[in-house]
Amino acid sequence: MMRGRAIFSGTAEGEVVKCARPVVILGDIDPRAGTVEGCGSIAGKIFVFPRGAGSTVGSYTLYALRYYGTAPAAIIVEEAEPIVVAGAIISEIPTVDGIDISVLKTGMRVRVKNNEVEII
Amino acid sequence: MYLTREEERVLNGEQGSAKAKMLRILVKMGEVLGAERLIPVSSAQISGVSYRTIGDAGLHFLRSLKDASVVVPATLNPIAFDEEHIGEMEVDDVMYEKQMAIVNAYVDMGVKPTMTCTPYYFDNVPRFGEHIAWAESSAVIYANSIIGARTNREGSVSALASAITGKTPEYGLHIEERRKATHIIEVDFEMRSEHFPLLGLYIGREINGIPYLRVRGDEDDFKLMGAAMAASGSIAMYHVEGFTPEYRGALHDEVERITVEEKELADLAGTVDNVELVAIGCPHVSGAELRKIAEFVKGRKKRSDVELWIFAARSTIERHASEVKIIEEFGGVVMKDTCVVVSNAGRLYKRIATNSGKAALYLRKSRFGGAEVMVRELYTLLRSVIA
Repeated sequence: MMRGRAIFSGTAEGEVVKCARPVVILGDIDPRAGTVEGCGSIAGKIFVFPRGAGSTVGSYTLYALRYYGTAPAAIIVEEAEPIVVAGAIISEIPTVDGIDISVLKTGMRVRVKNNEVEII
Repeated sequence: MYLTREEERVLNGEQGSAKAKMLRILVKMGEVLGAERLIPVSSAQISGVSYRTIGDAGLHFLRSLKDASVVVPATLNPIAFDEEHIGEMEVDDVMYEKQMAIVNAYVDMGVKPTMTCTPYYFDNVPRFGEHIAWAESSAVIYANSIIGARTNREGSVSALASAITGKTPEYGLHIEERRKATHIIEVDFEMRSEHFPLLGLYIGREINGIPYLRVRGDEDDFKLMGAAMAASGSIAMYHVEGFTPEYRGALHDEVERITVEEKELADLAGTVDNVELVAIGCPHVSGAELRKIAEFVKGRKKRSDVELWIFAARSTIERHASEVKIIEEFGGVVMKDTCVVVSNAGRLYKRIATNSGKAALYLRKSRFGGAEVMVRELYTLLRSVIA
């Protein structure tokens, strides 16, 4: 069990899709397809990445994932920055930061509950 | 983070769910960024207005806030076109309708449809020392550096959240000590107008902090420099010795030194033959710039093989009708509400000359059309379009 900080509280369980590099939210994410360049499909998954980068309009890209029905079940980041904070809250995606993501690998199953992350 | 009773009540939804959500964003941002409390702001400048960038999802979100309204003066960034020039800009019906719907969603919340990146001239003028929450990086750096107002580089959503709640987390440039110089820039050649936007591009690329400069120029030179600096990197403030309001006491012993050579700037200027479009006004032109342009082109004729597009705030255009008339008689077009970056210009024209380092940076990217772009100073550009 790992504990971080809840950015948007909620509960979710699913398969990890991890990007090892910072994700340029506006640019790397295709919200209609629900995919992240170089990392695959995130729809309904637990989307894990170190931090967001690029234009602040990226918050609307996270909202677009919700709008097009391709949102991840939860987001886990090492460090939330303003793009992810605002994006997670407006799109109501359970999001936790302050997690050491090196132990999380694509394909693992995890449970997110508010500020807790558990590998199952 | 410390919250007042009033803020707690807003978070609990006593003033509606939209306002609660907006305040929650600011509180979480404050926690993440190490703020101890929220502070009041006196105005907001909002980005995230172009249908091209926020799309249908953005419009949907803005409409979901319809019960909320702004509690401080709030102004809006440029949109994808000037309504009076949709022909030249090849705006289709869908783009037109969606873009207008976005503007209307903001207007419904009480945001002023100023559609400019230079609110600081007439529409939303902050005073020295005022705390504000502005998005639009070129306006942020102008407000902090040239006016001495205090804002971080807000995002589209956080600036809107501040407009609706009247608050921002207290961190970064809201705090006096965080406004000191981190780097000193040594320029080892004589600065001329053409160098300012290029110096901005260079500094933004090289450093992340608050540069201190010892160069001479006017407000428009520094506007172009700052916009370029904010676009090529994440700088939100600079000091100019003897010019900007907070340069005294901004330097201390530990600052890093960066030396800039003229040839490094020349590489950033680029060269383009057979230019199709000369674009001026990124950021939107000042009254002084409009006057310079009008004086230069008065009574002359424009070459027919090149277009001259000038972008300004509608509030600036209204105050300079005679200059605008002279420029239009010359054959130039003065556009409001939009700019060379957020409009279709970069897709319609592939060889562009501009005095804006920021415009050059964006227009060269494939996402904005991938045009060939060169940066020259104002009078060089104007001479190049005379028949």
